[in-house]
Amino acid sequence: MRTYLTKRLLLMIPTLFGVAAVVFVIMRVIPGDVTLLILGGDQTGRIDPQQLAAMRQQLGLDQPVAVQFGQWLWGVVRLDFGTSLWTGQPVIEEVLIRLPLSLEVAILATIVSVLLAIPLGMLAAVRQDSWVDYVIRVGSIGGQAIPSFWVGILVILFLVIYFGWGPPLEFTPPWVDPWANFQQLVWPVATVGYRYAAVTTRMTRSTVLEVLREDYIRTAWAKGLRERAVVIRHALKNAMLPVITLIGTEFAFLIGGLVVTETVFTLNGVGRFVVDAVAHRDYPVVQALVFLIAFCFVVVNLLIDLTYAWFDPRIRYH
Amino acid sequence: MSVQYPLVQASAAPLAPRLTFAEEVTSFVWTKPLGAAGALIILMMLFVAVLAHLLAPYDPYLGDYAAQFARPQAEHWLGTDEFGRDVLSRIMYGARIALFVGFTASFAGCSLGALLGVLSAYCGGTLDLLLERVMDVLLAFPQLILALAVASILGPAVPNVVIAVAIPIIPRAARVVRATALAVKENQYVEAVHALGASQRRVVLQHILPNVMAPYIILLTAQLGSAILAEAALSYLGLGAAEPTPSWGLMLSGSAPSYAEKAPWIGLFPGIAISLAVFGFSLFGDSLRDALDPKLRGR
Repeated sequence: MRTYLTKRLLLMIPTLFGVAAVVFVIMRVIPGDVTLLILGGDQTGRIDPQQLAAMRQQLGLDQPVAVQFGQWLWGVVRLDFGTSLWTGQPVIEEVLIRLPLSLEVAILATIVSVLLAIPLGMLAAVRQDSWVDYVIRVGSIGGQAIPSFWVGILVILFLVIYFGWGPPLEFTPPWVDPWANFQQLVWPVATVGYRYAAVTTRMTRSTVLEVLREDYIRTAWAKGLRERAVVIRHALKNAMLPVITLIGTEFAFLIGGLVVTETVFTLNGVGRFVVDAVAHRDYPVVQALVFLIAFCFVVVNLLIDLTYAWFDPRIRYH
Repeated sequence: MSVQYPLVQASAAPLAPRLTFAEEVTSFVWTKPLGAAGALIILMMLFVAVLAHLLAPYDPYLGDYAAQFARPQAEHWLGTDEFGRDVLSRIMYGARIALFVGFTASFAGCSLGALLGVLSAYCGGTLDLLLERVMDVLLAFPQLILALAVASILGPAVPNVVIAVAIPIIPRAARVVRATALAVKENQYVEAVHALGASQRRVVLQHILPNVMAPYIILLTAQLGSAILAEAALSYLGLGAAEPTPSWGLMLSGSAPSYAEKAPWIGLFPGIAISLAVFGFSLFGDSLRDALDPKLRGR
């Protein structure tokens, strides 16, 4: 186990280095210059070249790209992600302002989806090809097909027109005012949770269906066990590996991937921050955010692999 | 003492008669009604996209300021937008863009991914390790963020959206196909072809590639829907097709939410079109997977 863990932790280094290199290169290739955006130019759109050079020097953009990459990487090792070129604030502070919101939406959406998806997926599999199965399948495929930004627009429209209600604009953490927090996040969580539940329901249905055909399930039936025991104790536990993988990876992506939902609901989260930072060519912010999202993804993947042994004792790590 | 075994006249069991294409389609419709419904939606969409220039009642680019924000009525079945452009005509032409991006991006992404997956599995060693790490890196990016970054580099235009949507598909396809190719590579017939002196190219192209087609097709249909969604999301964020292109995602962005109270039809119908298209592809893809996957066959 220890050897396996060491090997996996060491393998994380090239992946994260690769992510850092790719995002660094992408940000340098994207047309547009942050200095031009900051300076903006005078009324005729002209920018003083001296001012431009001074700004580039101030932001450290006049150095060779390799040096910039080396400096940034060294900063990452020391958990220093630099300062935002746009706001001048340390990137880590900017991220920490937005992270609680994204994390809360991700956690709540995951809870909603697990509570809905596992029972529904199981039910669809057990009652395969019945009307229950068809309703659940159509509902879950629909959840994946409907764009979340469209659902967001419809929800806001519905609430505004029929209830004259708009979500609070300022994010209130749950420990300050739980009711205001609930009001702000209930719809984004419902929108994301439904989509996420749809994906998980389909996966649960298909893996439970596969497991139900196994010999040991036939044995369990032959022993005279009740349906509940066969399905929950024997089938569900063994069908959980791919479902857990999916839940874990989706959760990791939810932290930074809710780009569109956060834009629709005007939530000041990590996903929207990525879009704004790309638009502003705010290199340090984009680099830090993508690196952090990738880090979450890699760590969650490792945790998922480690939980496999608990669900399936045949799995041993070497 | 030698034992005499009686000779048994062996007779081959009669093979099930090969089904004609029409019979296979009929059996698919009967056994997978949801899949057939999906196929019907796709066919209808294809029909509308191909014949958009004949079916659309108005020019999708032409504004008519006298008919701004017209409600759905006999002249404009789905109403008009803030420039007086007919929403139905724009949705019909939008089907072309959605299908073009969906098909080309998922085909390009899945094919390149499949090729890399097969190469990775067949060659093994350093190449496999290297390609796997590259795929790990690409997989660690959320799909939309990677597409967003690529779209930002290339600028807003339909062909660029295809590239931006295709790139995140590559590592996903490579992963799935590599796993299948690893199993196929160990088969005895591959060893036999090697022993017969076939070139490596021949082994890969003629013997391994055809045997990884099932997961490839399943992946392709699964990615079609998500490619359409990704195009809509990129256009919504202003990084996909540029105005005045009648892209469904673009129709939902910008003014649609601002006019939502005054003219909800501007945002309502393109959303229904996107959902219906992705729904059709998902229904069809799911049933195709059930039909092609030997583990799920006959259910």
